Amino acid sequence: MTAIDDRSATPEIVDEDEARRARARKLDKIGKWTLPVVVMIITVFLWDRLVVWNEIPHYILPGPLLVFETLIKDWAMLFDALMVTLQITLMALAVAVLGGVGLAILFTQSRWVEMSFYPYAVILQVTPIVAIAPLIFIYVDSRIAGLLLCAWLVAFFPVLSNTTLGLNSADHNLRDLFRIYGATRWQRLRYLQLPSALPYFLGGLRIAGGLSLIGAVVAEYVAGTGGIGSGLAFRILEAGYRLNIPRMFAALILIAATGVIIFAGLSFLSHMLLRKWHESALKREG
Amino acid sequence: MPTASAAPLDQRSEVLWMEGVDKTFNGNVHALKGMSLRVGEGDFISLLGPSGCGKSTALRLISDLIHPTRGRITWAGGQHAGDLGVVFQEPTLMPWATVAQNVWLPFRLRGKTYTSVRDDVLEALKLVGLEKFQNAYPRELSGGMKMRVSIARAMVTHPRLILMDEPFAALDEITRFRLNDDLLELKDKIGCTVIFVTHSVFESVFLSDRIVVMAARPGRVIRELTVDAPYPRDDAFRTSPEYAAHCRAASDALHEAMEQAA
Repeated sequence: MTAIDDRSATPEIVDEDEARRARARKLDKIGKWTLPVVVMIITVFLWDRLVVWNEIPHYILPGPLLVFETLIKDWAMLFDALMVTLQITLMALAVAVLGGVGLAILFTQSRWVEMSFYPYAVILQVTPIVAIAPLIFIYVDSRIAGLLLCAWLVAFFPVLSNTTLGLNSADHNLRDLFRIYGATRWQRLRYLQLPSALPYFLGGLRIAGGLSLIGAVVAEYVAGTGGIGSGLAFRILEAGYRLNIPRMFAALILIAATGVIIFAGLSFLSHMLLRKWHESALKREG
Repeated sequence: MPTASAAPLDQRSEVLWMEGVDKTFNGNVHALKGMSLRVGEGDFISLLGPSGCGKSTALRLISDLIHPTRGRITWAGGQHAGDLGVVFQEPTLMPWATVAQNVWLPFRLRGKTYTSVRDDVLEALKLVGLEKFQNAYPRELSGGMKMRVSIARAMVTHPRLILMDEPFAALDEITRFRLNDDLLELKDKIGCTVIFVTHSVFESVFLSDRIVVMAARPGRVIRELTVDAPYPRDDAFRTSPEYAAHCRAASDALHEAMEQAA
């Protein structure tokens, strides 16, 4: 119950059910953070023991401690590589948002445009990026532009399809109301369709964040050229050729951590934008 | 304006009239056939009938969302922006906007800033008893309160005509009774003209001074009743023999409508 006029709690009376539910909620809250950490600690411990007990050489499977040491030792190089990958990822995400939202708005303004171009957006999406990427690097001279294009191709579709869905799912009665009040096309978009689409868009954005990282990494694999200004994926490839498995692990951990941070950041953004009104961001009371 | 509702029914100046309006869907579904209706200033007209009788179609025609297949709908003096207010069966509020922003909408779509119409918005909220909730979001309100916001939004521009499409059908009986009372109080205060769609005999008798009974397949008007009890009406009216008699008459007409359809 969230109705304001229904709040008439008397704090003195203790209801057993309520108390039990409150305790369960508290445990849930603690468990949500502690359990994954515990699982992580156990996993790392078992990994370490597995390596030590079976005397696995570090060029096949390095222990967690060695990976951590490598992470520290190679930090300068890995961090530079991370920055390159992150830059591509964020730029691709930004372009995906602009392109996806822009195209979605264009689609809802004209059925003809949507009917003409939507199938091609789908084709671009379902063709594996690994298959297109080599072509892109043949035709696009700039390496950065090529990487960006690859990451964008992977990331923009969820933004486009979710935003299109959101723009079209504005309440029908509200649409009628806007027509009755003689709203212009622009007013309908600005005051009705865009706010309606916001939760859908944010859902798409969270997926796109992860995908743009994947796109950037895959593109780097395909581009494959090394030297200064190469990203994490290239560092992994390079370390693989040199049988420097600990560095591969260290780079892998960085990529995974980046993905998690992007996802968490976008989830937080989504929560902040929707917390006042949208069902997905509401805390249930009672 | 408030004096208009006091004028006898046949002496009220016209707001709008429908002449022989037909609406056909898909070439053979007669949603409405030959509907004529004269709406006078201060009228509270109920469209009463079983589902499929074209009540909602009539409202959509009047609000110009769809156009008549035949016939004419004419506004006295032509229609202008803000002449019409609408209340749907659902509150139909924008969940991302506060109560005050929702009520502001009809003005906003006419390019008016909030500050320039704040007094009107707050006045409308005061009339429905929600001035304290102007900064609340719709999700924080109960069903009845949301409906009040919707009513405030419909009347904030002081429209010449308010259309209500079964606005209280989804609410519980107690809330419904209270909103019926409040609606009449509102009518008394601002003297609005209302067309109210309902399938409740009691609601139509309690609220309106004219009941238009409609039948289905094809949707058409079969009878018009007058409820000549004076406003304001209150609980005493609800229990009076007069009320009972009007309910019986409306109920009989409704039965007739259902038999004709069957």
